[in-house]
Amino acid sequence: MPEFHRKLERSSIGFVLAIVGVASIGGLVEIAPLFTIDETVETVEDMRVYTPLELAGRNIYVREGCYACHSQMIRTLRDEVERYGPYSLAVESQYDYPMLWGSKRTGPDLARVGGKYSDEWHVAHLINPRDVVPESNMPGYGWLARNQLRTDDLSHHLAAMQTLGVPYTDEMVANAPRDAFAQAFPDSAMADAMVERYGAATNVRAFAGDRNTLTEMDALVAYLQILGRLTDAAHEQASAEVE
Amino acid sequence: MIAQLTRNERHNALIILGVVGLAGAALGLAGRNDLLGYHGLLIVLFSAMVALPVIRALDAPEPTLDREDEYYDDPIRVGVILTMIWAVFGMFVGVWVAALLAWPELTFTDQAWASFGRLRPAHTTGVIFGFGGNALIATSFHVLQRTSRARLAGQVTPWFVLIGYNLFCLLAVTGYFLGITQSKEYAEPEWYADLWLVIVWVTYFVLYLRTLARRKEPHIYVANWYFLAFIVVVAILHIVNGLAVPISWGSAKSYTIYSGVQDAMTQWWYGHNAVAFFLTAGFLGMLYYYLPKRAERPIFSYRLSIISFWGITFMYMWAGSHHLHYTALPHWVQTLGMTFSVMLLVPSWASAGNALLTLNGAWHKVRDDATLRFMMIAAVFYGITTFEGSFLAIRAVNSLSHYTDWTIGHVHAGALGWVAMITFGSIYTFVPSLWGRERMYSNTLVEVHFWCALIGTLIYVFAMWNSGIIQGLMWRTYNDSGTLTYSFLESLVAMHPYYIARTLGGLLFFIGAVVGTYNIYMTIRGTTAPRAAAGDVPVGRPLAPGE
Repeated sequence: MPEFHRKLERSSIGFVLAIVGVASIGGLVEIAPLFTIDETVETVEDMRVYTPLELAGRNIYVREGCYACHSQMIRTLRDEVERYGPYSLAVESQYDYPMLWGSKRTGPDLARVGGKYSDEWHVAHLINPRDVVPESNMPGYGWLARNQLRTDDLSHHLAAMQTLGVPYTDEMVANAPRDAFAQAFPDSAMADAMVERYGAATNVRAFAGDRNTLTEMDALVAYLQILGRLTDAAHEQASAEVE
Repeated sequence: MIAQLTRNERHNALIILGVVGLAGAALGLAGRNDLLGYHGLLIVLFSAMVALPVIRALDAPEPTLDREDEYYDDPIRVGVILTMIWAVFGMFVGVWVAALLAWPELTFTDQAWASFGRLRPAHTTGVIFGFGGNALIATSFHVLQRTSRARLAGQVTPWFVLIGYNLFCLLAVTGYFLGITQSKEYAEPEWYADLWLVIVWVTYFVLYLRTLARRKEPHIYVANWYFLAFIVVVAILHIVNGLAVPISWGSAKSYTIYSGVQDAMTQWWYGHNAVAFFLTAGFLGMLYYYLPKRAERPIFSYRLSIISFWGITFMYMWAGSHHLHYTALPHWVQTLGMTFSVMLLVPSWASAGNALLTLNGAWHKVRDDATLRFMMIAAVFYGITTFEGSFLAIRAVNSLSHYTDWTIGHVHAGALGWVAMITFGSIYTFVPSLWGRERMYSNTLVEVHFWCALIGTLIYVFAMWNSGIIQGLMWRTYNDSGTLTYSFLESLVAMHPYYIARTLGGLLFFIGAVVGTYNIYMTIRGTTAPRAAAGDVPVGRPLAPGE
């Protein structure tokens, strides 16, 4: 071996090619098949896409770095299932660009937080966590309630995701800014068209309570309330396993 | 510094800065209604600031003709200074975020830029890419020239790599404060910063190969194997993981092309190999040059060097999936990741052992010389951390440790104990000769830095081991009636004392870095006797073994 290596280390190009070859194998074996093996992601009928408002909320979650302290991946362990709910399935993050599985729980997992607390609780908690959970060490996010939500570029957002394979229709892309408003204004005329596009299970209400403007708080709460509720597949699988 | 460049080269530098400035202006114009506009402006200002000294010295006398007989050390000097600036910044933010976890209302409670979620990536990027990256670029230029006995193959190119890389770091960190992030851990910068890094990195790679092509030694020295692996593999990782679709040319926002489970695997293939090839391979390059140099002993075993190098290059790339145990990632990928992670212990300990055995016959120097002691402790922590890493990658252990502070403790055992210590040891080794001084300004201050760093690391790591294991156990404790004993909140409350201890440990480490920076500053200012660059390997002289 040393003799062969002595030759190899005399050629910089040869050495670089050897590094590329040796280093590529692991990734090719582990990553490439994930795109081709069908069982990697389950196929379910009822999987929904994020509405423009929920997607905007998700991007705020990303912007504020929530993923640094909250995971969105319930592992297949008894204590996790009992604490947080049925374990996460691959299909549940099928439309997550990028995934927000996280790597650290300074705070609890959020994969199934949707519907667990009221909108009012979320708003109060986000403005000052210690008002509702005195021992919390989470930062407050008061500016979310003050910042108006940017909606003018939402069509670009949906179009980019459409390019990547998320089943947004052209109609959804074109109406994205309007639909974002509609979701937080249930009495508006636009709301019906929005529900028609995204399905009857869509939450339509004034998330942050303020009926005058659409804020970043509306978007983030709308997103938090949909977490774990894009499909019932995980719950169905859990009850099937019990039986 | 500019005087080292010919008039032509000064003009070339200005043209490059002009092009970068124009690109920044275009970006700013396209993104004037978006956060992107700020970054366009930043690029323009940055280019102008760098252009200023070049314009001022445009008509300065040209360099003498014998430039090729000397090593090109100017970019290395600036690189060392940038390394220390980023160290102080990154570690300061580290102490800050650690304090926020213990006392959430300590600072700026209602300022978006100063909230934990935005500061945390500023800390990780500041230390990994700012401090670590600049240290790697500076030391790789230094080691490459000495072990090849050749001057860097280019006069403007090394500056382009160094300054261009720092522009990337600046875009990254300011982006987080503004709210620009991809959220991919350790790959947060958005598409335009990522593209810029590709340009800088390819230039770095070409510069490295062109310099190697000029070498007067037939063999490529071990340290350069590691630097090469670092440059090549980081390029692959960065490009593959960074592929994204911008929502428009006028927006900072993009969507990664991977989703869900594929994204998770790609991200942690990247994430774990950023640890392997950025934070391990590159720094092993330092270890293989500066440790034998300082100890004045040849590397213990050539054979062990070969085994550990190829072992690390091959096996690390499989290990990323151990970040995803018990998740929705297919089971077979998790098992492969675990298996290779455990096997990785062999090449890792081969490296650590090779370093420590090199010190045989020089242990009295380790006792007396804090600089060598920095590198010895680094090798020890490298051994400890790689053992811990293999251990944590075992599925059953991971079920307890994952999502807890244990992971944070593990990362900092590596980052503080290994990466930072080997960097400080290396910098103290070559700073005096780089500025033509007899020795560092104060050896006592090197001692002070060493003890601050060691004690700080130990406090930090012990605090996180404790909090991590307690958290993991509390989350899975059942009472007699078969229900979970502790609420999540109870586990959070139990962490408080450890979060305070961690802040103190980090503070001590930070103080050490400040002391080191002062010592380096005073050495550069030059109150100790200057000396000719004796002890440095001159261009063209045959090498003695171990150099």
